[in-house]
Amino acid sequence: MAMNSTGRPTAPTGDVPCAEDLKTFSGSRGLMQQEPLLHEVGAPEKCGVDLPDVPEHTARLGGLERDETIGLPGFSEPEAMRHYVRLSQRNYAIDLGLYPLGSCTMKHNPRLNEKLARLPGFADVHPLQPQSTVQGALGLMAELSDWLVAITGMDAVALSPKAGAHGEWCGMMCIRAAIEERGELQTRRRVLVPQSAHGTNPATAAACGFEIDELPADDTGRVDMEILRAKIGPDVAAIMLTNPNTGGLFERDIREIADLVHEAGGYFYCDGANLNAIMGKTRVRDLGVDAMHINLHKTFSTPHGGGGPGAGPVVLSKRLSNYAPLPYLVRDGDGWALIEEAAQSDAKPFGRLSVFHGQMGMFVRALAYMMSHGADGLRQVSEDAVLNANYLLARLSEEMSPAFDGVCMHEALFDDAFLKDTGVTTLDFAKAMIDEGYHPMTMYFPLIVHGAMLIEPTETESKESLDRFADSLLLLAKMAKSGDTTRFTAAPTLAPLRRLDETRAARTPILRWKATDA
Amino acid sequence: MRYLPLNENDRAAMLARIGVSSIDDLFADIPAKARLDGLIEGLPTHASEMAVERHFTDLSRQSLSAGDAPFFCGGGAYRHHVPASVDHLIQRSEFLTAYTPYQPEIAQGTLQTLFEFQTQVAQLTGMDVANASLYDGSTATAEAVHMAARITRRRKCVLAPGLHPHYAQTVQTAVQGETMDMHVMTPAMGADADVMGALDDQTACIVVQNPNVFGELVDLEPLAKAAHAVGTLLIAVTTEVVSLGLVKSPGEMGADIVAAEGQSIGNGLSFGGPYVGLLACRDDRKFIRQAPGRFAGETVDEAGKRGYVLTLSTREQHIRREKATSNICTNSGLCTLAFSIHLALLGEVGLRKLAALNHARACQLADRLDALDGVEVLNQSFFNEFAVRVSGNASQIIEDMAKAGVLGGIPAARLFGAGYFDDVLMIAVTETNRDEDFDALVVALREAL
Amino acid sequence: MSKIYYTEDHEWLNVDGDTAIVGISTYAAGQLGDVVFVELPEVGKTVKKGEDIAVVESVKSASEIYAPVSGEITAVNEALEDAPETVNEDAQGAGWFFKMTISDAAELSGLMDEAAYGEFTRE
Ligand SMILES: Cc1ncc(COP(=O)(O)O)c(C=O)c1O
Repeated sequence: MAMNSTGRPTAPTGDVPCAEDLKTFSGSRGLMQQEPLLHEVGAPEKCGVDLPDVPEHTARLGGLERDETIGLPGFSEPEAMRHYVRLSQRNYAIDLGLYPLGSCTMKHNPRLNEKLARLPGFADVHPLQPQSTVQGALGLMAELSDWLVAITGMDAVALSPKAGAHGEWCGMMCIRAAIEERGELQTRRRVLVPQSAHGTNPATAAACGFEIDELPADDTGRVDMEILRAKIGPDVAAIMLTNPNTGGLFERDIREIADLVHEAGGYFYCDGANLNAIMGKTRVRDLGVDAMHINLHKTFSTPHGGGGPGAGPVVLSKRLSNYAPLPYLVRDGDGWALIEEAAQSDAKPFGRLSVFHGQMGMFVRALAYMMSHGADGLRQVSEDAVLNANYLLARLSEEMSPAFDGVCMHEALFDDAFLKDTGVTTLDFAKAMIDEGYHPMTMYFPLIVHGAMLIEPTETESKESLDRFADSLLLLAKMAKSGDTTRFTAAPTLAPLRRLDETRAARTPILRWKATDA
Repeated sequence: MRYLPLNENDRAAMLARIGVSSIDDLFADIPAKARLDGLIEGLPTHASEMAVERHFTDLSRQSLSAGDAPFFCGGGAYRHHVPASVDHLIQRSEFLTAYTPYQPEIAQGTLQTLFEFQTQVAQLTGMDVANASLYDGSTATAEAVHMAARITRRRKCVLAPGLHPHYAQTVQTAVQGETMDMHVMTPAMGADADVMGALDDQTACIVVQNPNVFGELVDLEPLAKAAHAVGTLLIAVTTEVVSLGLVKSPGEMGADIVAAEGQSIGNGLSFGGPYVGLLACRDDRKFIRQAPGRFAGETVDEAGKRGYVLTLSTREQHIRREKATSNICTNSGLCTLAFSIHLALLGEVGLRKLAALNHARACQLADRLDALDGVEVLNQSFFNEFAVRVSGNASQIIEDMAKAGVLGGIPAARLFGAGYFDDVLMIAVTETNRDEDFDALVVALREAL
Repeated sequence: MSKIYYTEDHEWLNVDGDTAIVGISTYAAGQLGDVVFVELPEVGKTVKKGEDIAVVESVKSASEIYAPVSGEITAVNEALEDAPETVNEDAQGAGWFFKMTISDAAELSGLMDEAAYGEFTRE
């Protein structure tokens, strides 16, 4: 028998210094690897791509050759893998844990959808190929449109907006076009926007050239009907209302709101970012909506990717369908065609939102998500999302202070009343959650609630996960009330970095790496 | 349902804890008239992974993908080879399933890669700083126009004759809500210097594309000089960023703002999106404060360690609301990562070689086509895309070639509208084109003519 | 003799004859938190009372500065561009924003004095 005679210890010895005290030489800490900037570790002469030799040719660059060094760092492939994998490990992600960002709908991203988006008939087709060669891709867009129309009950859908804000702009521009056609653009100047609205709403209305008139909330967190009635008038172009609203509440009076606006000759724009709470439970059409964007990257689970990309198709009522922007899809015999220029169109498109026809990659993922769920699953999604949020609302209310009475829809809103006189702020509380291994909830939004904490668990959390989360938050809340403030004000202490100096970042902006003159 | 973790026992226990008797009690705020009692009409019920995959695979097969044909389309979207490691890395859970980095302590991965991206974009364009992306090149161009109008406090904007017409339409649509004075010059091939004739001291900006929509290269330097002499800003647009590995950067030629499509690096064709809009400008407070979108910036944490945060946010909608510089929120996050990784794999050497290869191959094909009867290359100069005049209707020729399995380019009329440049065909060449593809194009073109 | 006035938007004016120096109150500077940027009006600009003419920003907020009275901007505190922290350090001194002429002295009558402003911020 061959025997390895070199023994080695296989059980812990117990006499190591406390992890917090151990200073490492490399700067890394075990699995938490230190990683400098690309420009500090890469080198201009390195390359991770093999290319064939450049054939002989006479350059035809019109004398505009680039002579100066660009200064781009390069990597071999193994070095690149390390750089990015190490950096990835400094991110929180849904795949790591509950991501309760209210309004952002951080639900599970099925990997089937990633696979399908990479099929060559979607991923490797050019937007300006002959339309006869892209019937599958156009067919997919048509199917997506059918699903969105079925879910909302609306008359038409404009697919080209590239995110929610772009969709808002698309919908509001349709409204603007309709008003212009009525010859009322000079007089219909006002857009009513609740104070609780997402910042993109007033920014969009302003970009369309309208004046913003803020609507305060009543003490149930919904549009104050009395004030709305007082503000409505013949100069109102539209109301931009989020439903369910950003406090996670269904606007009970929504039909009356729609009627009021319509009677005054205005339009009802609905911010559909929260469609995930009501699909299959009601149809947007039946709420009196004229235009609504749908964030495919929220409701239909296309991944957020650290800030994008998204897609924001807009569903339109009959009154507005005619103004949908170019390009748009029409039936063409057995197949499909894109209408790309005004001259081909028998409608009155208000213009063009961008160079091509939309976020195909998101369309594929969203449609795969919808088909996987089906009519029954989509309804269940809404129900479970609302159930999960209400379960957290009920459990967390033991120690935290809900902003409004009653049940909520897909997200639960708390204020900072439970932290009063504790010396702990919403920000501190959120940062302490990081030490507990959770991504904080949306903070300080909506603006109508002091120290707002908006929690959206989504339907893809299990009860066990919700219970663990609630247990942690309840203990944190108790701890804050008991006067143990340093755990909050110093938090996070266990994340890759401590709190960052945002004042410094804004006062003396450093927005890129620069070679030091050493 | 494979994506829904709750079971009936969970649901019952949770309803009991909430204190309601049925799920519909939670939806009681929906007006009775608007409640949907049954399932949504007209939709199938849930489907297995296998069934969904089959359906999509069938749909996918109904298109002719670029990889399955000799392929020469450009016009603002280009087919380059993207290394496998790029797609692997962007699918890391921590990148793919993270939100916008609002909590910097646990988002340094995203924030540092954004800072690196901004640096790469600034270097590539020859500008001082770049933002963390916009939707695509066309919306970036529209945002740049808004930005220039705010910086100069002027309302007139001149779009050069070589600007991609769909970019021009995007800009024209984007300014409808304002009182801008738009001068859209009649499309023409080598006439971009004519913008100088439209300049005056009321002009906020001139928008010039390089290479222009016909592929022709434009010397921006005299344009920049003329613009600056009357206090006008030069917005340089690039739809093919690989060109910047070989062609003088807009920064070096005097551009004030650069708006570009970054799709060529790291991102596939994907039938038009998602792509990645690049926006770069001078390091001038006035510029940066008027810029749209997000910026990642460097700072330190409480312990003095270097880190990154989203900064200068008071420009943005979530703080500035109706006075924001733009309404953009979600941008092209993951596409910036793909861009950044691909560019890091290329590095200086690789990008220059890639660009040279694109140009050399385009020169080779241009020479071959120019030798054909009934085909005339129109460009004086180009990078990897050029225009040819054909004896016939270019749209018809493209259709005929497609029937023969060749995606031979884009008829100019597809961009400019039927009746304009009907006999002009635009042909793009990249490193992905082999000699066999050239042969096939020549054969198909000859037959279609 | 100069006299200090305050507006309900937390601006102060140090009025001397028909000119005034304008800034934000120490109280307001405290409420804003770390000031990171001040956007100043153009010198020579004629402004109407109530018109928004400048912006003061902290990391997460942006507040409009309104012309407290009508008149013409005669000077701005350019030092704030590089040192916005001065607003936090000395809001009613070195942290001034701009100087202006007063075209209608009657507009001053609606403003608060030190004592009234003290009352106002206690509410
Ligand atoms: C309520 C609401 N409206 C609009 C938006 C804007 O959507 P996007 O970020 O896709 O532009 C968001 C999300 O950020 C939102 O939560």
